[in-house]
Amino acid sequence: MLYINCPHCGMRSQNEFSYGGDASVKRPELNKEVSDQEWDNFVYNRKSLRGKHLELWQHISGCRQWIKVERDTATHEIFRTFKADEEVA
Amino acid sequence: MTQAFRIENGGLINRDKKLSFKFNGKTYLGYEGDTLASALLANGVHLVGRSFKYHRPRGFFGAGVDEPYAVVQLFRNGETEPNIKATEQELFEGLEAKSVNCWPSVNFDIGAINNFLKIFLPAGFYYKTFMWPKSFWYRIYEPFIRKAAGLGVASTKHDKERYEHKYEYCDLLIAGSGPSGLAGAYAAAKNGAKVILAEDKPRFGGSLLTSDVNIGNQSGKDWAEGIITELKTMPNVVVKNRSQIFGYYDHNMLVMSEKVSDHLPSTKKYHPNKRLWYIRAKEVLISSGSIERPIVFGNNDTPGVMLSSAAKEYLKVYGVLVGRKPLVFTNNDSGYETAIEFKKHGLDPVVLDSRKNPESEIIDEAKNLGINIKNSYVVVAAQGYKKVKSADIASISEDKKQLGKIENILCDCICVSGFWTPTIHLASQSGNKTKFKEDIDAFVPGQSKQNEITLGAANGVFSLEETLKTSFTAGSELSKKITENDNKVAIPNVVEKKSSQHDKFWCVPLPKGKNYKRFLDFQNDVAVSDVEIALREGYRSIEHVKRYTTLGMATDQGKTSNLNGLQLVSEIENKVVPAVGHTTFRPPYTPISIGAIVGREVGKHSKPTRKSPMHSWHEKNNAVFVDAGVWLRPRYYKRGNENLFEGSKREAKNVRTNVGVCDVTTLGKIDIKGPDAAELLNRVYTNAWLKLPVGKARYGVMLREDGIVMDDGTTTRISENHYHMTTTTAQAANVLSHLEYYLQLVWPELNVNVVSTTEQWAGAAIAGPKSRDLLQKLFPNSDVSNEGLPFMGYMEGDLFGVKARIYRISFSGELAYEVNVESDYGNFMWEKIIEVGEEFNIQPYGTEALSTLRIEMGHVAGSELDGRTIPFDNALEGLVSKKKDFIGKRSLQRSAFTAEDRQRIVGVVPLDKQTSIPEGSHLVKDDKAPLPNPKLGHISASCWSVEYDNPFSLAILKDGKNMIGQKLFAMSPLKNKVIPVEIVSSHYVDPKGERVRS
Ligand SMILES: [Zn+2]
Repeated sequence: MLYINCPHCGMRSQNEFSYGGDASVKRPELNKEVSDQEWDNFVYNRKSLRGKHLELWQHISGCRQWIKVERDTATHEIFRTFKADEEVA
Repeated sequence: MTQAFRIENGGLINRDKKLSFKFNGKTYLGYEGDTLASALLANGVHLVGRSFKYHRPRGFFGAGVDEPYAVVQLFRNGETEPNIKATEQELFEGLEAKSVNCWPSVNFDIGAINNFLKIFLPAGFYYKTFMWPKSFWYRIYEPFIRKAAGLGVASTKHDKERYEHKYEYCDLLIAGSGPSGLAGAYAAAKNGAKVILAEDKPRFGGSLLTSDVNIGNQSGKDWAEGIITELKTMPNVVVKNRSQIFGYYDHNMLVMSEKVSDHLPSTKKYHPNKRLWYIRAKEVLISSGSIERPIVFGNNDTPGVMLSSAAKEYLKVYGVLVGRKPLVFTNNDSGYETAIEFKKHGLDPVVLDSRKNPESEIIDEAKNLGINIKNSYVVVAAQGYKKVKSADIASISEDKKQLGKIENILCDCICVSGFWTPTIHLASQSGNKTKFKEDIDAFVPGQSKQNEITLGAANGVFSLEETLKTSFTAGSELSKKITENDNKVAIPNVVEKKSSQHDKFWCVPLPKGKNYKRFLDFQNDVAVSDVEIALREGYRSIEHVKRYTTLGMATDQGKTSNLNGLQLVSEIENKVVPAVGHTTFRPPYTPISIGAIVGREVGKHSKPTRKSPMHSWHEKNNAVFVDAGVWLRPRYYKRGNENLFEGSKREAKNVRTNVGVCDVTTLGKIDIKGPDAAELLNRVYTNAWLKLPVGKARYGVMLREDGIVMDDGTTTRISENHYHMTTTTAQAANVLSHLEYYLQLVWPELNVNVVSTTEQWAGAAIAGPKSRDLLQKLFPNSDVSNEGLPFMGYMEGDLFGVKARIYRISFSGELAYEVNVESDYGNFMWEKIIEVGEEFNIQPYGTEALSTLRIEMGHVAGSELDGRTIPFDNALEGLVSKKKDFIGKRSLQRSAFTAEDRQRIVGVVPLDKQTSIPEGSHLVKDDKAPLPNPKLGHISASCWSVEYDNPFSLAILKDGKNMIGQKLFAMSPLKNKVIPVEIVSSHYVDPKGERVRS
């Protein structure tokens, strides 16, 4: 079970969180014309990387904040975590 | 029966407490502190089971977790459990056990005819033989295999025992209480670290219980006892026996199974049978020791052949002799230690050492005691069927290929030592890539992967002095990292005998003209010849060889067989062992009962049960409940002998003619506040929200980004910047997360807060033509007229002194209201409604009537919003704004969603107006068409229309828009029904929606 450092609450076990997928996906702006390809990329197409991956988790049984987690999808190593509005450098 | 093989004195058992137990129906006596195995051996019982494949007699091979043979069916306190190792099961008064895998009895086993007829089942036998003809599989092969196989019978009864789960955190977790574990624990504990020390056996001390060493001027055993006694008094230390750490998972999470009650005749009141610990440790010290490995020789599975360390343990811990004429067969010094113990108890052991000229302090001691030692000698084969009677022995050439003349010597047990295999399972599970250590012929942990360190025998270090030194140091340093204390403890003096190098010899060659079975895996009956076949047939990867031969796949997971299997493969393949590589170690290290894994979450406790504040009223009024997600909701209120159909029909009819009240507390409720609340709603709902006035409610549909309907519900503007959203019961949690996602990640600039208020409000839906009259009486000071409180209006009211929220919204299609009060007043509200409603013939109605009312009105619910439909499919496209953007809008342009013949909701009526259509039935054009009959749609919901008194269903139908009036067939192969139907509008009752506005 992963041990995730919630930037708001501290180290918590995975069963307090729910997974939210790729954090690098940007929703196209509202009212903006988007091509089919762009929209499909946003809704469906994911890289499913092996290795370092920035992903979303929600601390659903804690502070309920969505956070960003930098994790290795192969080894499960977690490198860093970020608040929702924190820039990932 | 007397315990003929129990020595007069000695051992760690409690001789003051005799226990009686039964094995295969026969009563025996043992002592408190025995295992079932030691007690049986004390009584001279060596035959405990039959082997898995050949049904050969099986005895005891080990004395603990590594035991491959002695698996029994246990009976305790009216329950039965299979797959119990007799070597681990502690004796208790009244214990009963039976052999497994033998029929009709352990002494006469019909399956063993296979053995005598030499129909040996070679590797891959099952794959090859039972493949063809196919028709034989179910009738002949499977029943045969089922009868022949298996290691016990699972109980079919409900398990009465309780199992608990526990989460724990610590600085240092230590797996194993041998010298390494004790030293590490002591050093870390003295340095202020929070320590958990786990030992799988009942007694702490590991190898110190049986080894002849001296630590700090005490015997090893006494030193261990002193350390444990002190650790137990320390507040920062948890010491647990009977607790097996069986899995090492990500991020230093380890799981331990604590056997709380297995050693007792019955579980104490309020105690669990087992407790599963999830332990998050900052650091882990793996001190799991090592397991002796066998040497492979002919008939090495005969009862009486066992590990030399096991024989020593039975003698030193339990005071039991495993034989009176022991033969020790060894390739290292460990066998001598066992021989010395035998000698000290007056027996005359013979030692066969495969080495030519070994010299060491231990061997000198054996020689001084006058033990008969034969160098360059091996056991060729054990003789005897149900018990060792003698052994064929021979000298062996230096290259270990040539056997000398075979002699036969009498013996009643053969104690084997092929050196030691470190127990590296936990380290390997942590992700540690193991490495092969040439000098011990075994794998040891490599570079630490997580925060784990492996020390002592588990790390291939067999010197006590070095083990203690490294473990004390590790305990200090690991704890220093965490506590920043630096309290060092002195490392005690050690006196141990030096041993000499073992012999890299593991398998005795077959003598000419003999084809003895030489077993590698004792539990799965995998012999040397099986692995040879697999390799001959082209299997190369060790993982494939394992699966083809089943080597190491039994419940003991090859604890005693894996390395010898590898040796064999590497020898035949002419590779070194590390090039062959070992198979993957997977948790659990030992079998864990399913009950322990499941814990308390069984039956009613497998999910939480949520009840509304009016629940006890429903109970008192004969409600029949139904699970709605985790909620319990009244399905109908039974009157007299009514069944569900009659009761729900009565309730629905009463709503259409008088007034009914339904508990709608379960609906999800979300409180939304902030200056941008309207903007948020406008973005998540498909329709327009910016102009909703205060005091008004609106129905809304929300989509996922892929255009599929996620949920629907009403949202009410309570005040300028304050909204009250309702969701369906099932989607409440998802909708809240959905809103939080957009507010926190996508549109953080929106100044809005959302919070769940589902539990804060109790809700009652009042529906029916007389609902306004009732409402007026409930709220005499409020103007609830059509003008005062119009359709989709909202107001606050005073319900006999309780503040209430009144919404004029309708799910039933009737004139209807929803009244909310704070949850604590829920029951008060409900009783008032019933009491005041009496004069209007009010009846409570349940979910079944609620469904009937919504279905015949054509209102969609969960069965239509099933994660596969878009607004158009549900006839909700009128709510989809063309002007503004919202979540999922762009997806609605997808070609499949805009297709001319897109599926759409319709009503379905059987032509005979009699036959109810099963939900899930397929709609087809031609009921006689060959299979697979093209499906045009499916029935999503069915009811008995109370308005028309005939069956009515909703369906999602291809090109539904143009299908009204068509005749189709509803087919349910499941219910074996074919029903001719007509497609009608989904709005079966009041298609113009006049009633709700009346
Ligand atoms: Zn948090």
